[in-house]
Amino acid sequence: MKIGVPKEWQGVKTLVAATPDTVEKLIGLGFSVCVESGAGAAANYPDEHYVRADAEVVSGEEVWASDIVTALDTPTGQQIAQMKAGATLVSRLNPSANSAIIERLAEQGVTALAMDMVPRISRAQSLDVRSSMANVGGYRAVVEAAAHFGRLFGGQVTAAGKIAPAKLYVIGVGVAGLAAIGTAKSMGAIVRATDVRPEVADQVESLNAEFVPIPVVQHSEDGYAKEMTADQAKLANKVYAEQAAEVDIVITTAQIPGKQPPLLLDAEAVAGMRPGSVIVDMGANEKGGNCALTQAGKVITTENGVTIIGYTDLPSRLPGQASQLYGQNIVNFFKLVTPEKNGEPVYDQNDEVVRGVTAVLDGQVCWPPPAVKVSAAPKQGAAPTAKAQEPSTNADSDKLAPKKKSAFARHWWKALAALLGAALILAAPAEMTSHFIVFELACVVGFYVITNVTHALHTPLMSVTNAISGIIIVGSLTQIGSDSPVIAAVAFVAALLASINIFGGFLVTHRMLGMFRRSSED
Amino acid sequence: MDLLQTSFNVSAGALDFLGHVEQLAYLLAALLFILALANLSKQKTAQLGNCLGICGMVVALASVIVVSVANDERAAVLAIVLVVFAMAIGAAIGVWHAVKVQMTEMPELVAKLHSFVGLSAVLVGYNSFFANPGAEGASSVFHMGEVGLAVFIGAVTFTGSIVAYLKLSGKISGKPLTLPGRNLINLAMLVASIALIAWFITTRSVEAGLVPLAILTVISLVLGAHLVLAIGGGDMPVVVSMLNSYSGWAAAMDGFTLGNDLLIITGALVGSSGAYLSYIMCQGMNRSFVSVILGGFGNGSSSAPAEDKDYGDYTETTAEEVAELLKRSKRVVITPGYGMAVAQAQFPVADLTKRLMAMGVDVKFGIHPVAGRMPGHMNVLLAEANVPYDCVYEMDEINDDFADVDTVLVIGANDTVNPSASEADSPIAGMPVLHVWEAHEVIVFKRSMGNAGYAGVQNPLFFNKNTKMLLADAKASVDAINAAL
Repeated sequence: MKIGVPKEWQGVKTLVAATPDTVEKLIGLGFSVCVESGAGAAANYPDEHYVRADAEVVSGEEVWASDIVTALDTPTGQQIAQMKAGATLVSRLNPSANSAIIERLAEQGVTALAMDMVPRISRAQSLDVRSSMANVGGYRAVVEAAAHFGRLFGGQVTAAGKIAPAKLYVIGVGVAGLAAIGTAKSMGAIVRATDVRPEVADQVESLNAEFVPIPVVQHSEDGYAKEMTADQAKLANKVYAEQAAEVDIVITTAQIPGKQPPLLLDAEAVAGMRPGSVIVDMGANEKGGNCALTQAGKVITTENGVTIIGYTDLPSRLPGQASQLYGQNIVNFFKLVTPEKNGEPVYDQNDEVVRGVTAVLDGQVCWPPPAVKVSAAPKQGAAPTAKAQEPSTNADSDKLAPKKKSAFARHWWKALAALLGAALILAAPAEMTSHFIVFELACVVGFYVITNVTHALHTPLMSVTNAISGIIIVGSLTQIGSDSPVIAAVAFVAALLASINIFGGFLVTHRMLGMFRRSSED
Repeated sequence: MDLLQTSFNVSAGALDFLGHVEQLAYLLAALLFILALANLSKQKTAQLGNCLGICGMVVALASVIVVSVANDERAAVLAIVLVVFAMAIGAAIGVWHAVKVQMTEMPELVAKLHSFVGLSAVLVGYNSFFANPGAEGASSVFHMGEVGLAVFIGAVTFTGSIVAYLKLSGKISGKPLTLPGRNLINLAMLVASIALIAWFITTRSVEAGLVPLAILTVISLVLGAHLVLAIGGGDMPVVVSMLNSYSGWAAAMDGFTLGNDLLIITGALVGSSGAYLSYIMCQGMNRSFVSVILGGFGNGSSSAPAEDKDYGDYTETTAEEVAELLKRSKRVVITPGYGMAVAQAQFPVADLTKRLMAMGVDVKFGIHPVAGRMPGHMNVLLAEANVPYDCVYEMDEINDDFADVDTVLVIGANDTVNPSASEADSPIAGMPVLHVWEAHEVIVFKRSMGNAGYAGVQNPLFFNKNTKMLLADAKASVDAINAAL
């Protein structure tokens, strides 16, 4: 079948649903691909690159008349009219908010697949366009904030005085929030973050940011945060306002799919912020934003000097990678529905991923799909082998981690060693005390010296310690001059054995180490 | 600071000064050994570390020879002749071993070297007893106790290392020997050894002391052999580093009996380094040190794993197909195991890596901490085959990346890539493993489907949809792939 890639027409004009790289992969799955002339130009993918990847470059009408159309945005009525009956549209359709367009697509007799409705289960992660876009958006949010923030992110001590690092606060730690935390950390800012789901605290701390808990607890079943009750929201907003007053930059990421974004920062909270502060409202859309003063698509400055960035197109401000990621999600989707790699996709409605994205099937509206729960929720009875074969989600891999022991179980031997060491020194005759002190110090030194050794050098380390333990020869050498022939003979044998160790150990270590090399030493 | 006193009978005058020089030499040697180990922690400085170790040894030996000759002028000529002769023979044997050893045989060589230290510790202990048999007074109690411990640890190290050597070289079976009530036997031997040391302390002459010491030696020799016989081949990395630790403690005990600080320091360094390595290895298998020492896999009493489970069918592939697959791949990870060492496949694997890299494929190695039969074994083999060490990654560094990998080549590894480690009822439950099954395609190189890994657990990985089996000798398979490329 032929896949058509149109030039984008609405808010995401810079993006394109297939890059030369993903075109090649689609062709590998048995499809042929046509691209509207200039579709990738804004993302720096010129037409010739598509031609080189074996795509045809054609007019807009031809693209829309393809068997399958892949795009990023909801189509206009005119575009839908250009589609063939029985064709397929793969795009971000937001069906719960766009019922008119869904109806129109059904009338045209097409199949419409909403890529923004991929269920959040581990198997579907590779085709989740929301995650890809949120990731890029989170990065861009920090870059936008930095551009509008009149100061440095990282702290410095210079000859001209000290620069304090910027403080950044992220509300909502989903994919976008995590990307924002990582980016801000790498630019040197001090980062705090909050989420209604307490289980994300570990993820926040793994990025070396500080988790600020809120007195509201939610457990997510579908991988998304839910709307809070009015009381809960009030409590949470108080925490947000307190934090906002302390930090320089606030990034809000709360989007509830298909609905008006929740209000996290009211006008009062913004008024409490310092002049020069920046708010990036990633939740902004035409229905509002996470901040009361946000104006969608615009950057405004309040009376008290707080800049509020309400861009709704953050991913399209990084068109190269955003297009590549989106295109790869599309490829992964077609991999799923075209297992034969023959270019003939089958939309198996028994597959919960395919069912989840199908908004219209052959002219029949089939939205909304039945609810899907994420596999991360505790399910004890699940068949163990089947589960082990699936790619693990974060929650699964937690189970693989070695069990944490109690503090006593981990530390009792240290206490025992300390007691034993003290007892030895107290009990020993005066002339031997110094030997025990030396011994105990050497044990500790040995421990510290070894703890930094890289795995790769464990074998050389062992052979070198072998050689060094040949030092026992010192013992036999002091005995070899003895008058007693027995002692001398035994010492002779001991010296011989120890010499094997000394020479053999050092030499074999030298041989081994000579083999290790870096790739740059070719 | 007079920490470095010794109890040598240094006479007055010139010898007194010589004694101070000797102390200084010991301090220098001990520092050089510490620096040697510290420098060995990084690839860049590792060679320097080895050289520092050699310098330390030269300083120590020179000072000991000079002082012991000066101390005892009558026998000086004989002593020098004996020393030179003993060291010459030892050096010849040592150099011969070091030069001819195959890198795949490193664990065997290391085990053999451990046994030498163990035996010399026993001999030095005996000598120290002959020179200073039991007497009245607290220092004699300590001296005799130390001799007993040195002989005990030395003997356990000696036979333990010999058994480890025999197991590693395949001269005896790697299967754990599970005598009924083996823990009780071990405990009984340990208690008997303590009692014998106590008896030994009370003796007041060479003749009287020799009886308990001889019995102690025999019991500890048996104990050492039995301990290692009971440990399965899969636990060999722990055993090798544990014996390394023991050999250090034995040397330290001898240091106490002779009042020699250099021996004490060096023994303690080696002892604690071996103990730490054993700890790392145990963590790599998520098992407690005690359960490894007590032998068998798991705690031995649990019933055999249910093997009647139906895992479905596995898919076979050919070298040509694998070559085609590799040509299409962008990211490849190779996870080698002991099977690669057995088949001597490291050279063709390195050749394959070079070819793939030349084709622009991103090739990495993922090494499980307990892959092979001693810590770091795989790294040495890959280094021998000229694989750059900066494309060799540890498990923790690479485990999160498997989802993006196109093809994983599992070469002679089994338990370390077994997904059933995440199941609570598996014998290897909780062992950290390489998540190779997350990659798009997994190729397993294995001689036949018959033999399970050392844990004796079936591996569901082999029956996955995205896994293909290449059933043949690993070296022949990789050679065939190289030919097809």
